[in-house]
Amino acid sequence: MRVELDVPKCVASGQCVMAAPDVFDQRDDDGVAILLEETPGEDLLDDVREAVSVCPAAAIRLVER
Amino acid sequence: MSDVLSCPVTGASGPLPEYPLPRAAECPLAPAPATQELRAENPITRVRIWNGSTPWLVTRHADQRALLPDPRVSDDDLDPGFPYVNAHRAEIAPVTPRLITNTDAPEHTRLRRTVNGPFVVKRIEKMREPVQKIVDELVDRMLDGPNPVDLLQAFALPVPSLVIAELLGVPYADHDFFQRSSSLVLDGAAPPEEARRAGGELAAYLDELLKRKTADPGEDVLSEMAGRVRAGEMAHTEAVHMGVAMLIAGHETTATMISLGTIALLQHPDQLALLRGSDDPKLIANAVDEVLRYLSIVQTGVRRVAKDDIEIGDVVIRKGDGIIFDLHAANWDPEVFPEAERLDLTRPARIHQAFGYGPHQCLGQNLARLELQVVYGTLYRRIPTLRLAVPVEELEFDHTGTTYGVHGLPVAW
Ligand code: HEM
Ligand code: SF4
Repeated sequence: MRVELDVPKCVASGQCVMAAPDVFDQRDDDGVAILLEETPGEDLLDDVREAVSVCPAAAIRLVER
Repeated sequence: MSDVLSCPVTGASGPLPEYPLPRAAECPLAPAPATQELRAENPITRVRIWNGSTPWLVTRHADQRALLPDPRVSDDDLDPGFPYVNAHRAEIAPVTPRLITNTDAPEHTRLRRTVNGPFVVKRIEKMREPVQKIVDELVDRMLDGPNPVDLLQAFALPVPSLVIAELLGVPYADHDFFQRSSSLVLDGAAPPEEARRAGGELAAYLDELLKRKTADPGEDVLSEMAGRVRAGEMAHTEAVHMGVAMLIAGHETTATMISLGTIALLQHPDQLALLRGSDDPKLIANAVDEVLRYLSIVQTGVRRVAKDDIEIGDVVIRKGDGIIFDLHAANWDPEVFPEAERLDLTRPARIHQAFGYGPHQCLGQNLARLELQVVYGTLYRRIPTLRLAVPVEELEFDHTGTTYGVHGLPVAW
């Protein structure tokens, strides 16, 4: 799977970090999301799906192959 | 629990219901029955509000998720179509500075990023220990004090004001002053004159504290804002404004989640036992989200205005139409939460919309979650015999505020 993060849309809520801490982080000063892992392993699929569903800005996309 | 299952789910009056819709007296924690009926039969429909205007009411979870992040759905309360909550809000809109609460992207994004630093998940997590200390001390005081006691005054209101004091960097010696004046400001029942004076004192105090933090910064939010003021990114008065705003937005909401949350859990002894018996931070975190979903305390709905025509389902929302999103109805939507009327601390609850959805989703949600995790994980364990000191029917609920609530909660143990 590939994860896409639309940074300009991100409202820095940190919900992705709570759902998938191995895949997302936040910038210290303003909380904008950082994608740590563009192609995370299958074991993280559930976490990433949750991140997609809780992101209030609909800024995360999951491209499953 | 069975009493909740028999709560009414109908009652929409005529073709154009008056919003907000009334709750059923016998089910004080459930959504207004009519909103549940509308969600099933008329999920996007016009309602009438206090000024006679007829904005759309959106009640389904999926429709709210589709519309709230849509850039055509605006928080611009200067737009003549904006569905104000009440006359007071309508009056102050033209004289209110543009803030995160009344702007759209890209302005909103920029403003929100300047105040978001303290709410970054990793930084909020560092608050866990100080919050635990605050909660433990309040429980100690409660156990040493009178029994029965009003849980609201003795515990639910002090928790968020002390936590925000901690977050802002208010010195410990001033905590009592801070807690007393913020309670007065927010207590709807306090004499207006006293509330105004307390508000003035609080703003003057924060103004003075911000000056001290400019000279001698620490690790707290006011010091950080002082830094932004120095860097020219924020005006001094804006920073004071933001401090007061955090206090107001985070005080009554969190206190209500403690008071009503306690009622809800006491009404579901099996769920309370599950919570009390668990050390699992995941279960406690999910319990907090489930109680947030179940209570959905923001009762006036999230308000927006359409900046363009929007086609959704079989309706067209016209440019200039007001839109109201009823969060409680969406959080009891059976398509997302089967048997929504059951408080079930183990159901997947995370996608509730009690904090709203879209770019304006609650700025303080990570802090609120942390506070509630500590409270729910501590209070019922340390006072296992906690119970209401009066029957629920005798409690007086607040049906008019932005957040639902209860005027006093006598408890005993
Ligand atoms: C359980 C407690 C809370 C609940 C249920 C709650 C609920 C909400 C909701 C529904 C919104 C969205 C309003 C909208 O979309 O128009 C919101 C926004 C907001 N909340 Fe909270 N809140 C809580 C606690 C807090 C705390 C602790 C703080 C701050 C310390 C806070 C600060 C804010 C701010 C500043 C906004 C405006 C965000 C924006 O418009 O961009 N809230 N809250
Ligand atoms: S959940 Fe969405 S909006 Fe929030 S930080 Fe992550 S990407 Fe940004």
